[in-house]
Order: sequence, then C-alpha cells, then structure tokens
Amino acid sequence: MHETAQTIIGQFNPVAVMFFCIFVASTFILTYWAAKRTRTTKDFYAAGKSITGFQNGLALAGDYMSAASFLGIAGLVSTKGYDGLIYSVGWLVGWPIIMFLISEPLRNLGKYTFADVVAYRLNQRPIRAAAAAGSLVVVVTYLIAQMVGAGTLIRLMFGLPYEIAVVIVGTLMISYVLFGGMIATTWVQIIKAVLLLSGATILVFMTLYHFGFSYGELFRQAQDLYGAKFLEPGGLVTSPLDAFSLGLALMFGTAGLPHILMRFYTVPDAKEARKSVFYATGFIGYFYILTVTIGFGAAVIVGQKLIMSIDKGGNMAGPLLAEALGGNLFLGFLAAVAFATILAVVAGLTIAGASAFSHDLFVGVIRRGMTAEKEEVKVAKIATVGLGVTAILLGILFKGQNVAFLVGLTFAIAASANFPALLMSIMWKRFTTLGAVTSIYTGLTVATVLLILSPTVWVDIIHKQEKVAVEKEIKAIEEPLKARIEALEQQKVGADASLVTQIDAVIASEKQAAESLINEAKAKIPKPIFPLNNPGIYSMAAAFLTGIFFSLVRRDEEAEAKFEEEKLRTFIGIRAE
Amino acid sequence: MRKKFTTRDILEDADFKSLSSQKNTISVILTILELSIYFGFIALIAFNKPFLASKLSGAITIGIPIAVGTIILSWILTGIYIRWANSRYDTLVKKVKEKLGA
Repeated sequence: MHETAQTIIGQFNPVAVMFFCIFVASTFILTYWAAKRTRTTKDFYAAGKSITGFQNGLALAGDYMSAASFLGIAGLVSTKGYDGLIYSVGWLVGWPIIMFLISEPLRNLGKYTFADVVAYRLNQRPIRAAAAAGSLVVVVTYLIAQMVGAGTLIRLMFGLPYEIAVVIVGTLMISYVLFGGMIATTWVQIIKAVLLLSGATILVFMTLYHFGFSYGELFRQAQDLYGAKFLEPGGLVTSPLDAFSLGLALMFGTAGLPHILMRFYTVPDAKEARKSVFYATGFIGYFYILTVTIGFGAAVIVGQKLIMSIDKGGNMAGPLLAEALGGNLFLGFLAAVAFATILAVVAGLTIAGASAFSHDLFVGVIRRGMTAEKEEVKVAKIATVGLGVTAILLGILFKGQNVAFLVGLTFAIAASANFPALLMSIMWKRFTTLGAVTSIYTGLTVATVLLILSPTVWVDIIHKQEKVAVEKEIKAIEEPLKARIEALEQQKVGADASLVTQIDAVIASEKQAAESLINEAKAKIPKPIFPLNNPGIYSMAAAFLTGIFFSLVRRDEEAEAKFEEEKLRTFIGIRAE
Repeated sequence: MRKKFTTRDILEDADFKSLSSQKNTISVILTILELSIYFGFIALIAFNKPFLASKLSGAITIGIPIAVGTIILSWILTGIYIRWANSRYDTLVKKVKEKLGA
C-alpha cells in the first residue's frame, strides 16, 4: 500500500501557485466590486444587512473552518486514530447552542458587534470598553495562531519562505477588509467554503473508490496496519475533568467568538439569522464527518511514517492523500484551497477586531456614541491596517514557536469573557453594568492566568529548557543501561545455569538502580501550578459567579425596567436595526 | 384605522406571553438535549472506553458511529428548532406585530 513513498510536498509547486493566482485574481475582482458598494458603516460592518440565510450559512462555515480544522483534524485522525474524532465532534457542538440561545436575540438587539447587545440596557462606556477588550484579545491570539500556521503550511505546500508567506497572507487580508469591508469578506468566505467543501468531498470520494466504497475495508486495513487500538479512544483524554473542561471551552467558546457573532448582523432579520445557523451547522458537520474518512484514509494509503516525516503534527495528511490519489494537479488544487481557507478566517478576524476598535472603543467609549458615519468608517479602516500589520509582525516574531496553546486560549477566553456576559444580558433581568464588567474581566483574567500556569504553557513552554534537560538526563541513563544489559545478555549464551542466575541478578539490580535515578530526574521536571490543560470549567464558572454576585449586590432598576421593553425586540424584532 | 397598542399592552398580551414562554421553553429543552448528547459522548470517553472500543462489525468500533452520530444529531436538533420556529413561532410573531400595527 505504500507505493507512494515520495512526495513533492515542501518543494516549489507551480500547479499550486497557478490555482492560488486564479483564486486571488477572482477575489480581487470581487473586492473591486465590493468596494464600490461599501460607503456607509452598515456596508462596511454588515454588508448592508443584505446577505441571505443560505449565503450567511456558507460564509459562517468559511469564517469558522480554519486550516487547523481542515489540515489539523485530518492529521490528528491519521496519527492518533480515534482520538482525533473527539476534536471533530467538539468543534461542531457549539453551533446548536448559538442557534437556541444566541442567534435571534443577537440579531434583534444589536447593530454591528456583540457589545451592542450587552450594552443595550446597561451603561454604554464601561461595557463597550470591557467587551472590546474581550473581543480584541480573542482576535489577536487567534490571529497569531492562524498566521504562524499559515507561514508553516504555505512553506510546506508552496515551497515559499515563512516570512514571505506571512506577508502575503497579511497583505491580502488587509486588502479585502480595507477596500471591500464585510461584503468582500463575506464573498471570500463563501468562495472558500464552496472550494473547501467540494475539495474535501472529491478527496473522500477518491478515498472510498480506493477501498471499493467499503468502510469495512478501510477500517480493516487501518486495523491491520496500526492495531485495534487505533480505532479506540486512547491516551488523548486521560483526566475526565480536563476532557469536560475542553468540551465546555469548545462548545461555549464557539458561541463567544466575535468574528462569528458579527456575521449575524449581515442578514436582514432574525429569521434569516436562525436559518444561517441551520445551514452553517449542516456544512460544518458534513465537513468534520469528511475529515474522519480523510484521516483514516491517509493513515492507510499514505502511511503514518511519511505523514510524520513531512510534518510531525500530521498536518500534511490531507494534502499527501490528495497527492497519492489525484497526483500533482489535485495536490495543487488542495494547497490553494488551504491558502484560501486561511485567508477567509483571518479576514473575518480582522474585520471583527477592527469593528471592536472603531465601533466599541472609538465611537462608544471615546466619542460617547457621537461620530459622523464617514469618520467611523475611516477609523475602522485605520484599525484594519493597524491590526493587519500587527498580525504580520507577531506572525514573524512567533516563527517556530509552539502556538497550539493559543487556539485553546482563544476558545477559553471567548467562552469565559464573552459568552457569559452575552447570555446573561439576554436572559437575566437583574443583570447590571457592574455584573457585566466584572464578569468579562474576571473571565478574561482567570482563563489567561490558569492557562499560563497549566502543563501546556508552564511546563512545555516556560520551563521547556528544564524539561528538555531532564529528558536528556534520562536518556543518558537509559542508553548505557541498554548497552550494558545487552552485553550481559550475550554473556548468558552458553553459560551454565548458576552463572545465568548470577547475571540475571546483576541485570535486575542495575535496572533498579537506573530506575531510581530516572525517578529522581523526573522529580526535577517543573510541576504545573494548575493541573488542567484546559481552564474552561473554572474560568467560565468564575465569570458566571462574578456576574451574578455583583448584579445581586446592587440593583439597577433602570436596567430592569428596560428589560421589559427589550423583550419586544428580543422576541419579535420590533425596532431591530 | 386599527387601534394602536402600546408596549405595555403587548407585554401583557396573551399571544405575546405565550410566544415568549414557548420560545424560552423550547430553547432551554433543546440546549439541555444538546448538552446531554455531547457531554454524554465525553463521559463515555472518560469513563467507559471499553464500550466505545467494542466491535460493531469487522474492524469498525462502536465509537465511530457514535462520534459521527453526535454530529448528525446536533444538526437534527437545529432542524427541529427551525421547523418549530418557521411554523409556530413566526405565525405568533406575525399576529402580535399586526396588533402593534408595526
């Protein structure tokens, strides 16, 4: 099965570049068209509120499905087997929550950002400042993760240097948002979603064709190659509490991502908002189901050895499978799709960050809501360039760093800082300004601090040198021991029984001595101060409890009175903008 | 001219009350269902790995259709909500809006 032991991945790939140029050329035509239609704030932030539910469903899918989910999950399944599926599921389950609790009130109560909803009946300035902080931290951390991922992936698939890749991605995303605002961003996301869904569908079709359209055969071969364990849940989830905590952050983090929430303002009313979640959930769910087949297919057809020799994280599993089944042409196509995938996500993040800056911070906090429309659009455009340049610089600065934890941080903060305040402002009459502000800052701080103290950051990043030193020390004990035991074993050949017993005793005692040395060394690995890798369960609880506590401490009767009127808007969209 | 209702009248209106309470009920029920489905799956991974590892047919473990099923069920729940909202909810909204003259 391993006839394709070679790959052109990592070299300059003219086919991929050609497909990519076609994509960029068509998005530029699109941006030119969008630029002519982008005049008001409503155009810039919300595409004139004229996107249909179906279009927005595709755009949401394009906004949400990052390269991490396209390449990362398929890679995780191909290298870790069943454990990868846990992520496929986790990335989807936030969407029904968005639909049942958030989408319609969000659309009815807000105008351009989710801060509009939280601030609706509360004190504008402190709320907007806090919500903008929550949004901007989420946007910037997620942007760094995307940029570093983009640089690495594009270097592998196009053979371009890391820095150039980051600059290309940054420049393109700035151009889309700066000139075409939300209209261009939306259509880039729609095109990307269609390309990604069709590319993945073709890949799955070819994979199944290879196995005679029999999943039984695919999984039988996977089991033959990697053992029954490959198809069972294994070591990825060890602590139940950590698993629940990760699940909470993935689920409610999705419902607190500013670039996702912002998309609900691009449709004309709550009915279309609700429809768009239905379509988005269908597309995203379908895609994650495809990644399962892609992952297992790559493990069997390409083989883990080759996948991991190109990229240790397995990120190239999908492209390698495409190359094995469809040759250079299909590989080039998928590489361009991956590029488009990254662009659509970073463009969505950039416009969300720029709006938090202009609509919430500049207009809401600095100008107290009094700004001419022209000026607001101008500030949003300046913020777009500023954010884009920052993202490029941070992307280059973080080159070669392990940024996987940033995705976890993004979701933990979105679930803890943004989601609780948003939900309580919609659902709870007694929620107050003090409650909202303290809830947002508490969620933000607790999630960030706990993640820094967690094993992923405290041990693997901050105390990396100590950990590596200990690992070296252990190796220095194990390797001579292995050689010594081998030598002793050889002495046993042809020796009489009493000598064999003697040698066995020596082996046993040496093993024991080495083991105690190893344990001693292991004790020197720095311990994490916080035991879980995913702080979600604690940071979310802290945000909710703080919000509830400070709302109960002091009543805000004005806000309570407004809640009654707000109901008309929440439920039937009277006077919705 | 139809008589115009004030905000207060609408808030006290029987149709509006039924609309808002129905919407809250269905949202909460479906949210709880989704949470049970997903955290049920996580609980199986955390506490009952052998069940997920048991063979369904050939090499396929029961865990694989369960994972895929969690995704599909989640989508079906959004479909149920859409069906309810497009028929019952929207009709009530229309009725209340007519009363308001909006």
